[in-house]
Amino acid sequence: MMDESRRGFIGKAFGAVAAVGGIASLIAMKKTWDPLPSVMSAGFTTVDVSGLEANKLEVVVWRGKPVFILKYTADMKPTDGRSVKIGENYFSVMIGLCTHLGCIPGYEGDKKLFKCACHGGEYSADGKQTFGPPPRPLDIPPFKLDGVTLVLGEEGPEYKKMTAKA
Amino acid sequence: MAEFKKADSMLEWFDQRLGVVNFAKVMMTEYWIPKNINFLWAMGVLLTVLFTFLLVSGIFLLMYYKPDAAMAFDSVNYTIMQEVAYGWLFRHIHAVGASVVFLVIYIHMFTGIYYGSYKKGREMIWISGMLLFVLFSAEGFSGYMLPWGQMSYWAAYVITEIFGGIPVIGDELVVWIRGNFYVADSTLTRFFMLHVLLIPLAILGAIVFHFYSLRFPHVNNEDGEFFDFDEEAEKYLAGNKKESKVVPFWPVFLSKDFFVLGFFMLFFFYLVFFHYSFAMDPINFDKADGLKTPAHIYPEWYFLWSYEVLRGWFFEIAGISGKDLGLMAFGFANIIFVLLPWLDRSPMVKPANQRPYFKYWFWLMMADLMVLTEFGKLPPTGPNAWVGFWASLVFLVLFIALPFITKAEAKKVEGK
Repeated sequence: MMDESRRGFIGKAFGAVAAVGGIASLIAMKKTWDPLPSVMSAGFTTVDVSGLEANKLEVVVWRGKPVFILKYTADMKPTDGRSVKIGENYFSVMIGLCTHLGCIPGYEGDKKLFKCACHGGEYSADGKQTFGPPPRPLDIPPFKLDGVTLVLGEEGPEYKKMTAKA
Repeated sequence: MAEFKKADSMLEWFDQRLGVVNFAKVMMTEYWIPKNINFLWAMGVLLTVLFTFLLVSGIFLLMYYKPDAAMAFDSVNYTIMQEVAYGWLFRHIHAVGASVVFLVIYIHMFTGIYYGSYKKGREMIWISGMLLFVLFSAEGFSGYMLPWGQMSYWAAYVITEIFGGIPVIGDELVVWIRGNFYVADSTLTRFFMLHVLLIPLAILGAIVFHFYSLRFPHVNNEDGEFFDFDEEAEKYLAGNKKESKVVPFWPVFLSKDFFVLGFFMLFFFYLVFFHYSFAMDPINFDKADGLKTPAHIYPEWYFLWSYEVLRGWFFEIAGISGKDLGLMAFGFANIIFVLLPWLDRSPMVKPANQRPYFKYWFWLMMADLMVLTEFGKLPPTGPNAWVGFWASLVFLVLFIALPFITKAEAKKVEGK
């Protein structure tokens, strides 16, 4: 039903302007709360793994979390669905938080295992829990391979293949 | 312009311009409160005073606090606590006040439930009160983050993580709320804004609305008696003060409230000066470290019951994971109190102990909340986890059963 009066027209015109303005402000407010561009670009961590030493744990920070990168020695066997082949070598790439209560396990190179000091949980070099309270293996972060460079935070085909198996 | 006579007194001068005489009557000397009440009716004034304490102490803390992930911890624990004269006092008032305000809110709320002050015209009082509870919870949570200690950090981490359980948008929502992939500087600055401006503004508005919502249905009384306030007010104004069932808000009602307030302030400042540590968790005196989780994370005592409802569900039922079940139960627990006026199907407005079935419901609910609070602080392992599960289940069942219990009660009372 149309209100033909001038006041009716003014009312509708104001309503339309207010609605457009209101929606535009909401969008602006939502975007103001979005993570900043600097935060988004810092959400990807790039690591060149070619210079890493075998059986020596490299810890990088990705999105505020420690990520373990461990290059295998020749006698360490790769595990299907957990070990990543980068170039000629195999690596473990895992989020370094104990799946029990989130402490950071340490790596004992001579025994080739991760040991969590908080509650005694242990993991093998490929991140499988072998002793103590951890309920599941160490989590694997999304990654992409770009030659010998590892990009954390992006899901590449190798990552998708691994998670499909797990 | 309206014509103004020359005023004979200062009062008249203001009255001509602002109508202060009428305003004082409407707000104070002719705002009627029932006589038949007890000290539990003083909690509203206690809360208003406590909120003022929090506001004033907060203003003083704000002058030295630095909302920056690198500086926040030292600005609180070094500058305010050690350098600023009486800085420690304002911090203790703020921390103890935040804890005690919830104690009084709970007393206020359960008084309302016990006396049935949420129905038969008083629904808006109840809803605005529950809105205040939600706002105070948000205020407490955002404030707890500001000292940037380990508990601050990990409480912020765990609570923002809860939003990740929302289907489809969950993960992105968590990042959006934090302004980063983890709890970071951006999280601190936005929660700082919420804590010192937006939420306090909303609280002030909600307090005014809560007071306003009392004006038409009026304050309930100890027996849930309904009477004509205008008639009783006339009696009082005619000099039959003894016969009248009402007293004016000022000076009669407030004078008694101030007496209760006096006792309460002694208790409050005893806590502030001699027993403040309950409001200052030792773990929070370690600086926030995103790479090191404390072995055991728990919220402040006033959130323990809902935290335990969240944690109680630790195993899968019918293909739904324990985490999702916990989130559903948590969501339920947080909105269900608002719906109380419609869950209580009995028209009786009486103290709970005079209601044949409701009294069992009320005391069972109180006991269950205490169990939830007690076990919310213990590590959720072994038998504790099962106590948590059953207490959480009892909470849900109590609220689902309430409409049936009260309907049966209504029938029984009618049948008499």
